[in-house]
Amino acid sequence: MANIMVRKDAAGAYSFYLPKRDLEDAIVSMEFDTSEKWGGEIRLNNGGAYYIEPQALPARFPISLRARRLDAAE
Amino acid sequence: MSELTREETEALIQEVLEVYPEKARKDRAKHLAVNDQSIEQSKKCITSNRKSLPGVMTVRGCAYAGSKGVVWGPIKDMIHVSHGPIGCGQYSRAGRRNYYVGTTGVDTFGTMNFTSDFQEKDIVFGGDKKLAKLVAEIEQLFPLHKGISVQSECPIGLIGDDIEAVSKKAAKEMNKPIVPVRCEGFRGVSQSLGHHIANDSIRDWVLDKRDGQGFDATPYDVSIIGDYNIGGDAWASRILIEEMGLRVVSQWSGDGTLAEIEKTPKVKLNLLHCYRSMNYISRHMEEKYGIPWLEYNFFGPTKIAESLRAIAAHFDDSIKEGAERVIAKYQPMMDAVIARYKPRLQGKTVMLYVGGLRPRHVIGAYEDLGMQVIGTGYEFAHNDDYDRTIKEMGNATLLYDDATGFELEEFIKRMQPDLVGSGIKEKYVFQKMGIPLRQMHSWDYSGPYHGYDGFAIFARDMDMAISNPCWSKQTPPWKKRPEVPEASELKKVA
Repeated sequence: MANIMVRKDAAGAYSFYLPKRDLEDAIVSMEFDTSEKWGGEIRLNNGGAYYIEPQALPARFPISLRARRLDAAE
Repeated sequence: MSELTREETEALIQEVLEVYPEKARKDRAKHLAVNDQSIEQSKKCITSNRKSLPGVMTVRGCAYAGSKGVVWGPIKDMIHVSHGPIGCGQYSRAGRRNYYVGTTGVDTFGTMNFTSDFQEKDIVFGGDKKLAKLVAEIEQLFPLHKGISVQSECPIGLIGDDIEAVSKKAAKEMNKPIVPVRCEGFRGVSQSLGHHIANDSIRDWVLDKRDGQGFDATPYDVSIIGDYNIGGDAWASRILIEEMGLRVVSQWSGDGTLAEIEKTPKVKLNLLHCYRSMNYISRHMEEKYGIPWLEYNFFGPTKIAESLRAIAAHFDDSIKEGAERVIAKYQPMMDAVIARYKPRLQGKTVMLYVGGLRPRHVIGAYEDLGMQVIGTGYEFAHNDDYDRTIKEMGNATLLYDDATGFELEEFIKRMQPDLVGSGIKEKYVFQKMGIPLRQMHSWDYSGPYHGYDGFAIFARDMDMAISNPCWSKQTPPWKKRPEVPEASELKKVA
């Protein structure tokens, strides 16, 4: 499990930040993105994939979350 | 020297890599690249923030350097104890030239060295008692200090001292904050992790101290985080922000105080100059307090104008007008500077090799002077720094991450730039080669280089370095004819 931070930019796109590795990247796809169910498997621009436990849409961004690494790039 | 093509630059990298043993060559090849602006992600072309190879001459520092030197050290009204043997504190004392206002030794302590001076017995029996005693002595001798930070040196982590417990206990007795910072030098691959650790300690021990307290806020409150403040940069950038109508509530670490850090969560916008050392705390404040942050760049009139407009875009029309007013006010001065120096510097080439983000910040300033940056690299950058650099640099220019002494010398010998911007460790090597070098860590004891006032000084300094007639008049020691006595003479002596 890794602590990650998800941000939402002005255009509404999500970005991913992993403080431990100083890895900042765009999230290209997110499994669930509705107000009731949000999260699931996320895919990063660099090819990595993480899993966020599906939850209600967070009220505000950025938000720190626990995520499981499915497939890290590198 | 004329520009190299992509093939030539690649050939140059291959040639330099040739001398390494196979394993080292494979590793170093990942850190050297030819810039390609079409690449979106730096990791496709360059690897960074990796452990330096043993045996190559790296110029990186350690986590302690990152915490004590950059993040905590400049906080002027706190006492920063270098906890451990004496050398780390002494050799990092006052080297960064962060100017500040105050009476040193009375209410400010920026240039002083406080250390617990570990001896053998402290390593054997532990140094916690010594730390407690030292803190009590500080309180007695310097009663006007606002707090203490304990900057751990390597042995503290190795012998397992509990500096947190000592700090908590003493802070309670003293009623002043004492911040233990676990920035032992062996952590991480460079000073970059020290910045991160120091940011985390600010987050955990300082930032939330005034939560819930009243504050006379205005809609125009901003904080300046990570101003470089070398030779007065902090002030050269602060006056511009204030002139456009914003209120600078806090400014750190340069000329910063503990109170300013504690008040930072009250502002409307965090202005971040040194992204590499302070982005962590800005991200934290964005999440916890909902304060957006903005990277800006105050080197050279083009970037200053861009940054002022970007900052103003976060505020109402009066600030936007303020920004235009500031830009218009300084434009004639900038035109005069450029008119004077551009003809002398036009077409000159520069190679940069500095810390975490300075190279990408100064590219714009060199371009304003008509100069061209043909190679750049960072000591301790991460991928996100290269992401931001690739767009700033020209195509087919050279990128080098954590360059070794050998690589840098070979690149510069081959590319023959008109100026090198690097640090003290490189300075005399290249000056002996007959290539002018300006230190871009300490502004070569000049400065400030930030802001409009700073640009005038920057332009003058670059011109002084390049146009100095001495460079063509010297022969480097290794090119002088060796005075080897004849073999027959040697025999006679024997």
